[in-house]
Amino acid sequence: MISLRDAALSYGERVVWSGLDLDVRPGEFLAVLGPNGSGKTSLVRALLGQRQLSAGTLTVLGRTPRKGSRHIGYIPQQTALPVHATLRARDLVRLGIDGHVFGPRPRTRTVRSRVNEALQSVGAAPYADVPVGLLSGGERQRVRIGQALATDPRILLCDEPLLSLDPHHQRAVTELVDARRRSHGTAVVFVTHEINPVLGLADRVLYLARGGHRVGTPGEVLTSAALSQLYGTQVDVVRVRDRIMVVGAPDEVVDPAHHPELPDGARS
Amino acid sequence: MTTGDGLWQQIFTFDDYGELLVLVRNSLIAGAALGLIGGLVGVFVIRRDLPFAVHGISELSFAGASAALLLGTNIVAGSIAGSLIAAGTIGVFGSRARDGNSVIGTLMPFGLGLGVLFLALYKGRAANKFGILTGQIVAVDTPQTSWLLGTSAVVLVALAVMWRPLTFASADPEVAEARGVPVRALSFAFMVVLGLAVALSVQIVGALLVLTLVVTPAAAATRITVSPVLLPVLSVVFATVSIEGGILLALGGSIPISPYVTTISFAIYVVCRFAGSYRIRRRGARKTVSEPG
Ligand SMILES: Nc1ncnc2c1ncn2[C@@H]1O[C@H](COP(=O)(O)OP(=O)(O)O)[C@@H](O)[C@H]1O
Ligand SMILES: [Mg+2]
Repeated sequence: MISLRDAALSYGERVVWSGLDLDVRPGEFLAVLGPNGSGKTSLVRALLGQRQLSAGTLTVLGRTPRKGSRHIGYIPQQTALPVHATLRARDLVRLGIDGHVFGPRPRTRTVRSRVNEALQSVGAAPYADVPVGLLSGGERQRVRIGQALATDPRILLCDEPLLSLDPHHQRAVTELVDARRRSHGTAVVFVTHEINPVLGLADRVLYLARGGHRVGTPGEVLTSAALSQLYGTQVDVVRVRDRIMVVGAPDEVVDPAHHPELPDGARS
Repeated sequence: MTTGDGLWQQIFTFDDYGELLVLVRNSLIAGAALGLIGGLVGVFVIRRDLPFAVHGISELSFAGASAALLLGTNIVAGSIAGSLIAAGTIGVFGSRARDGNSVIGTLMPFGLGLGVLFLALYKGRAANKFGILTGQIVAVDTPQTSWLLGTSAVVLVALAVMWRPLTFASADPEVAEARGVPVRALSFAFMVVLGLAVALSVQIVGALLVLTLVVTPAAAATRITVSPVLLPVLSVVFATVSIEGGILLALGGSIPISPYVTTISFAIYVVCRFAGSYRIRRRGARKTVSEPG
């Protein structure tokens, strides 16, 4: 479904990641982990065809990714929706289905029933008519999943969908995504900051860090040795019952050019 | 007492109303077109948070109109030219809201200054000068009416074509882009449409009060509905009622049309605001009841 070969991505001089080899199979749940600034969102952008690789090759569903494929469902990293969002949950889902089409079109019964099905499948039907701006974080994320799945995509890209959700809602979100890939064979690329909510679900992990990346099963990647090597400093992976704690990993990738110790008056 | 009566007569006089009505037929037609355009464009001005841009564009539109007045050419064309220059500049340099606002803040005084300069140089009737800033009915004569209607038609077609993708791009830009919506191109296209709509509004309510047609009605409508169908419909109704009501009332008095339009428009907004806060409280209550888990 997704295939990366010796892939690299950079913004100008700054190489975010390189030498990345990765294949994602149908129905597979790939968790993408890593600190802030390690290039998780950039990877999603590349998969969406919004950002070109600086080296290597990438194919999605057998071809170079291009914008606007209906086979890819996308849940963006949560930015506050515009304050003036005047849409209801059902309108947001509807836009995911036919919002890209120009010209006036009548509201058809088929589209309406697809919207209802999508909302129902994620348990968002009770607040289908509530403006998105009034929904809680967990409710909004359900609507987002409904929107992403409404076109029956073969790949689902989720960029930090668990951000600022409490554990209860985090579980709800991961369970919805997991159920989908089991029932429909949808390949899932799940970017997350927190390991534990996806620990039991992820088939494989891509861990991005400043010092490189690792791909493998959670058991292979989430070890003290592997992460210490990635971060270039002593990192301990501690297992407490069925949870994992990563101790000593810096939370942010610090670009040398932005390092506060450098005398750099021009930058702020 | 007598001065009070005199003042009242200035504001409302209805002698010879029937004859006057014939004279302003063109204004009423232009007003209807403007209500339609202003109401529809306003929906996206609110969705994209652009009221400040509207104000900025109208100042440059004013500069264009006063240049046309000075040169003795078509005022609508001058006003459109000024609008498009402003809208294009904002569209190119201010794709992000924060950049946008500083670009607009820089353009606005420049436009106003230019306009004042042109008006100072103009030696014709003072009423013409005043009209560009605060609006007038008499400015709408027959050739201008056809300009107004022609431009309205262009705006209307453009809006009909891009309505849905523009809604998507305004409400949910990341997913819209992933689904293949040309988000940046649409943003620019909308600025052009907005520029045209502003230039049209300047003709009737004047450069200083464009917001009353392009922002207030849509803002009022968003207070009472979130339906994607009702919202534009109500916005158009509010804009049309404001402007046609303003024209009909202004006919009876000797003061410019804009205070009538702004007052009606504002009154509608106030009513909607109260009605809306009640609705949202009710919905909030319902929501907590139905929240799962
Ligand atoms: N449009 C951009 N231009 C320049 N640098 C960027 C851009 N987007 C992201 N970056 C940089 O690339 C790095 C990775 O960013 P991102 O992919 O957003 O990381 P993550 O999602 O893992 O936090 C960061 O250092 C960020 O500053
Ligand atoms: Mg990110």
